[in-house]
Amino acid sequence: MSISIKNCDLFYGDFHALKGIGRDEGMEISENKVTAFIGPSGCGKSTFIRVFNRMNDLIQNCKITGEITIDGQNIYEKSTDITQLRKNVGMVFQKPNPFPMSIYDNIAFAPRTYGIKKRAQLDEIVERSLRQAALWDEVSDRLKKSALGLSGGQQQRLCIARTLAAEPKIILMDEPTSALDPISTGTIEDLIRELKKTYTIVIVTHNMQQATRISDKTAFFLMGEVIEYDKTRQIFSNPKDKRTENYVTGRFG
Amino acid sequence: MNSTKPMHKFREIFFEYVFMFSAGISVLALVMIFVFLFANGMPAIAEIGLMEFIFGREWRPMDASPSFGVLPMIAASIYITLGAMVIGVPVGIFTAVFLAHMCPARLYVVLKPTVNLLAGIPSVVYGFFGIVIIVPFVREISLFFTGGGSGSSMLAAMILLGIMILPTIVNISESAIRAVPRSYYEGSLALGASHTRSVFSVVLPAAKSGVFASVILGVGRAVGETMAVVMVAGNQARMPESIFRGGRALTSNIVIEMGYAEGLHRDSLIATGIVLLVFIFIINIVFTVVTRKSAPSAD
Amino acid sequence: MAKIMRKITDGILFAATWFFAAITLLVLLFIIAHIVINGVPYLEPRLFEFTFTSENVSMMPAIISTVFMVFLTLIIAVPLGIFTSIYLVEYVKKGNKFVMLIRSAAEMLAGIPSVVYGLFGMLMFGQFFGLGWSLAAGVLTLSIMILPVVIRTTEEALKSVGDGYREGGYALGSGKLRVVFRLVLPSAVPGIMAGVILAMGRIVGESAALIFTAGTVPQIPQTLGASARTLSVHMWALSGEGHHVGEAYATAVILLLIVLVINTAAAVIAKIFTAKGSGA
Repeated sequence: MSISIKNCDLFYGDFHALKGIGRDEGMEISENKVTAFIGPSGCGKSTFIRVFNRMNDLIQNCKITGEITIDGQNIYEKSTDITQLRKNVGMVFQKPNPFPMSIYDNIAFAPRTYGIKKRAQLDEIVERSLRQAALWDEVSDRLKKSALGLSGGQQQRLCIARTLAAEPKIILMDEPTSALDPISTGTIEDLIRELKKTYTIVIVTHNMQQATRISDKTAFFLMGEVIEYDKTRQIFSNPKDKRTENYVTGRFG
Repeated sequence: MNSTKPMHKFREIFFEYVFMFSAGISVLALVMIFVFLFANGMPAIAEIGLMEFIFGREWRPMDASPSFGVLPMIAASIYITLGAMVIGVPVGIFTAVFLAHMCPARLYVVLKPTVNLLAGIPSVVYGFFGIVIIVPFVREISLFFTGGGSGSSMLAAMILLGIMILPTIVNISESAIRAVPRSYYEGSLALGASHTRSVFSVVLPAAKSGVFASVILGVGRAVGETMAVVMVAGNQARMPESIFRGGRALTSNIVIEMGYAEGLHRDSLIATGIVLLVFIFIINIVFTVVTRKSAPSAD
Repeated sequence: MAKIMRKITDGILFAATWFFAAITLLVLLFIIAHIVINGVPYLEPRLFEFTFTSENVSMMPAIISTVFMVFLTLIIAVPLGIFTSIYLVEYVKKGNKFVMLIRSAAEMLAGIPSVVYGLFGMLMFGQFFGLGWSLAAGVLTLSIMILPVVIRTTEEALKSVGDGYREGGYALGSGKLRVVFRLVLPSAVPGIMAGVILAMGRIVGESAALIFTAGTVPQIPQTLGASARTLSVHMWALSGEGHHVGEAYATAVILLLIVLVINTAAAVIAKIFTAKGSGA
């Protein structure tokens, strides 16, 4: 599934957090690619990623205008089934947030939400998701143990597996490696490269090397606006905007 | 899957209403308390006359021509509470300072649970302790000072309540003192002040609104306490004369006579409950003002 | 000169602090020791017989009534309190008028003296609903009295659960109900338990609110409509009579023991709570 954005504005009360994203010709996030959002803290990249699964609904006084279309449907229409939307658009957070229950129950949480109760079917989903997240070999002998006993990197892969178990089409990742050590970060990056064959991935990252390593396209955010959006190679080697150049060459941020 | 969807929606909405309804119960309960007390008490106050009821110095509900003045009880409640404060506040605050800043760790593990235990002891157990220890003790003192007295007196109630409010004052003051940034204390030490001086002239003043809040909560507890006071205060319904003699608190008035009161007498006891409520609300308002004021500086 | 004065005031304050702390400790230890020393010898088996007679003022019926009272009151107040807190923390937006109303109502309820609850319970449940002096009237009155305790502690417990669980749950497409019951509540259990234990302590210790609602009949209640005295009320009745002082001491020992158990349980749970942390 692809995402297209037309003229998106977002306000927290009086604060204008996102300004006219996809203003002129619109912004397209393509299927089965990794799209990276980069930019200094507070530039709106994390806010923007939460537009796609309507996580901003949880925040008071948050108002969104414009058109966000996923799979041909404007997700901010009244008729949108948020549950279905979030099933299709999974999310992985900055800080690993495994639920305080067993590894198995963590993965089975989403399928159970959608009404799957048969043991055999759940077993199959759990194994498949854990294998996809490259975690199966490490945890297959302790599925009934608490997920909180895993290491930080394992916890994050568990959260990815938990998201995969919902069978999403798009996966949003909000700085998924910023709380992890370099080795775990490497594992997760390999995983992302593997996952993009099947899923559309949008990743927010602070780490520009990470964006160059894993993403196909990159959007540079500054003060709530998309300054430049292009092929990753283009953004980092030959940016059109001066501000993008300053940022990617490390002059600020 | 599609068939479960409306069911699912229904459940979400149903429970939201269940939660909302539950939340409304607190408000409903408060309203009901007012409705029932006022519906039963206000007619009595009207019949007796507000001034006569509040400022009447005679409480003789069983007489042929009865009088219903609760001033003696209001006065006794105020005296007993003030006395309890005089006894409990210094002990409580110093103990809180001790716990927060001077207590050796090994003593802390004894003292802190003991204070918590004190908080949990039922009023009747305190009252009983008052009967067997404090009342005889006060009898001796009053024999020495006034040459008589049974010991069941306002002084006994003051001492007992002074002990009973200790946990409230100690625990809340201690947290307030601990909440003072350590840099205040260190800054004072760095200027050459001693440990004791730093604690008393820098840390304690910085915690003063929390300490004051603990005192007000203590006042609330003392005014509202019933059983322990009934058991030791003597309960004579007359204007207080001396701390060595008996007095009757507002709370006691209700408990003592409710068992057999009828008609206007009974309703006048409910009206006593209204007076008590008014006292508690005044205390609540003072508490709210004090804690609100302190809120910005606590950040 | 000034320096000496300062030394002296320092010394006085220092001594006063130790002195007053010592008073607190000694008074407490004295109360406890006095009751234990005088009460334990009276803890005879006959005080634990199932019937109360004027010759043998057994406390067993009162203990059983207390258990009923605690259990039934918690059954009503705990779900109500938890649901209220869920509504306050998970459902409504900050600054909502209804929430402020509920919060201030709960605060006011917390400040009302127990004797006023007794009056109210007698008027509303005893007379208006015709329950008379009964276990049911006592239970309903106490339920309202402990509701603020449950609400306050549960609210704190829910607020301390990290938003990570909520976000994670919602991001997987779960509804509010599932997020609250499967993710937030389980993490808040220790905090809620602490509140429940606190509430138990209040029920066990209560007497003024019960005398005119549950009454003082010293037998095991056979129905919800029967009057029953809890251990605290029993203690009050005994100490008023003057010729059951020994039995009153013994009852006080049992009450102290209950308080000790409750406090220890609360401390243990608090320790578990802080050790486990509260998640992402």
